[in-house]
Amino acid sequence: MPTTAPVDRRRATPPADRGLVSASDRRRRSVRATWRTSHVGLLAGLVVVGLGPILWLAKSAVTPTQDTLRTPMALFPNGVDWANLSEAWVRFEIDHYFFNTLWLALGSWFMQLLVAATGGYVLSVLRPRYAKVLTALVLSTLFVPAVVLLVPLYLTVLDVPFANVSLINSFWAVWLPAGANAFNVLLVKRFFDNLPAEVFEAARVDGAGPFRVGWSIVLPMSKPILGVVSVFAFILAWKDFLWPLLVLRDVSKQPLSVRLPALENYVELDVFLAALAISTVIPIAIFLVFQKAFLSGAGMSGAVKG
Amino acid sequence: MVHPATSVPPSGTALPDGGTPATVTPMPTVGTGTPTPRRRPRTPASWVRNGGLSTLVIALPLVLVFGLFSWYPIVRAVVMSFQHTNLVQPAEWVGLDNFTYVLADPMLATAITNTLYFAVLALIFGYPIPLVAAVLMSEVRRAKGMYSALAYLPVVVPPVVAVLLWKTFYDASESGLFNTILGWVGLGPYPWLQDPSTAMPSLVLVATWSAAGGTVIIYLAALTGVAPELYDAAEVDGAGVWRKIWHVTLPQLRGILFITFILQIIGTAQVFTEPYLLTGGGPASSTTTILLMIYNYAFGGRGDYGAATALSIMLAVVLAILSAVYFKLTAKWSD
Repeated sequence: MPTTAPVDRRRATPPADRGLVSASDRRRRSVRATWRTSHVGLLAGLVVVGLGPILWLAKSAVTPTQDTLRTPMALFPNGVDWANLSEAWVRFEIDHYFFNTLWLALGSWFMQLLVAATGGYVLSVLRPRYAKVLTALVLSTLFVPAVVLLVPLYLTVLDVPFANVSLINSFWAVWLPAGANAFNVLLVKRFFDNLPAEVFEAARVDGAGPFRVGWSIVLPMSKPILGVVSVFAFILAWKDFLWPLLVLRDVSKQPLSVRLPALENYVELDVFLAALAISTVIPIAIFLVFQKAFLSGAGMSGAVKG
Repeated sequence: MVHPATSVPPSGTALPDGGTPATVTPMPTVGTGTPTPRRRPRTPASWVRNGGLSTLVIALPLVLVFGLFSWYPIVRAVVMSFQHTNLVQPAEWVGLDNFTYVLADPMLATAITNTLYFAVLALIFGYPIPLVAAVLMSEVRRAKGMYSALAYLPVVVPPVVAVLLWKTFYDASESGLFNTILGWVGLGPYPWLQDPSTAMPSLVLVATWSAAGGTVIIYLAALTGVAPELYDAAEVDGAGVWRKIWHVTLPQLRGILFITFILQIIGTAQVFTEPYLLTGGGPASSTTTILLMIYNYAFGGRGDYGAATALSIMLAVVLAILSAVYFKLTAKWSD
């Protein structure tokens, strides 16, 4: 593929064998000792702080309440209680909220992808006359803090202009606003900007219209960036709390994030922790599978903000 | 096939006629076979033929979604802050009433103080640690990916789960998780969330745990951009590791450090989930933040949408001024 070539070339240039600490630094005993201890400390710190709470949650999810309450740091003093998980899943209907969350996340993911891909394509490749204005308008929303949108967006969803319908208690109330993500659009636009224009031009000469060029040429070429946008869109939707809390008042429509705080008050601690653990499994699994996309995307976010 | 950039928007007939495509984007005219666009008067028909309609259709998702759920609400926020709305009667213009009402609210000073306190604590906890971690991690030779993954793991944990999990850690009884651990070294038990003096630091700790990993990854990406030649040059001048960090690494990161700083301020000014779920603003309003106040105005039973938008507009304006001043100041040091 012609597109990957420049990326690879750039990656190859900064040699990874040279960083802050040089080979001669490494030979000095004091440097080596400090560096080694700090790395052991770093790894220990990362494991304890990053992984520790999650492992504790996994452990407590299958520990009886009394053990967790009395000796939170002990490892299964009175055996494992697997029933917590099934009780949370079945009796407290975590399954229902789990699938609500999944459905909400999938829909938000699709909306974000649709808007980002088509938007990026129009703003970067098709570039009609109004593209400049459109780009500026999209860009400007990045400078508006989310808090400004909270109330007016709620009222908009309550009574959508032109359509005159209320989206309250409908998943569309979450899906549609999720699509208005300027960050995604600009990320995709920037990626398209760097694609070789000759390819599109050639396709156009061959008589392919905007739809055809978009579907058969731009879309296949933009898999890497759409992958990055996808994982972030999905996780973002899974994490969302305040917005679904406002617009999904009907308990049967709520996702885990909204439901869990309510469950806290009347579910026994061990089952509650099992529910928390269940809510964490999917995002962590997705992160572990798509680690590369996450870590490159998180670094990219710094570059775009920069 | 004519390049769409030379086509005309729907209102094309109203435009000064053809001829001067000043806005035509400089596309490489590879056009071996491309017929040069003939300067015919633009008609709706030619616009459609040139793909203008298809382009518009493809732009539709963006225009509709942003229009309805971003641009319109932003404009509406400004309008609503000057109105009194109760959703039953038509909105009524009230001038600056909402603003004076919010400014006179005795809770405002508390909320501002709390939010500032949160922001300062978040900077103390959350600003230096990711930087130190990233500099150390960038020097790791083996299993680099594992370090990044460990650092980033808390970021993917849903905030609600993180907050509720930490709430059990903060259990005030002697057998609470943190109190147990501190008990091993003879400290505590502490009331954590129940005491106005420890409630806010406890919130900040959770928030930092959830967010620090993202900053680490941003710094790591920036660190790969530091040219190795700079380190070589510093060594020629006899610099040791610490002096290289001070004279090369940090100055090279300064651009991104400035940005993460202001982004963190903007983020912490809008903190909501942690105080809402952990303390509900208490004890004794010691964790009521500005966003919690906005939420209470609008959704806390009063339905005072005017006051809520007025406060959010004021917050946005303050943040905008702050960022502008900040970038003006740092621009001098950045280059």
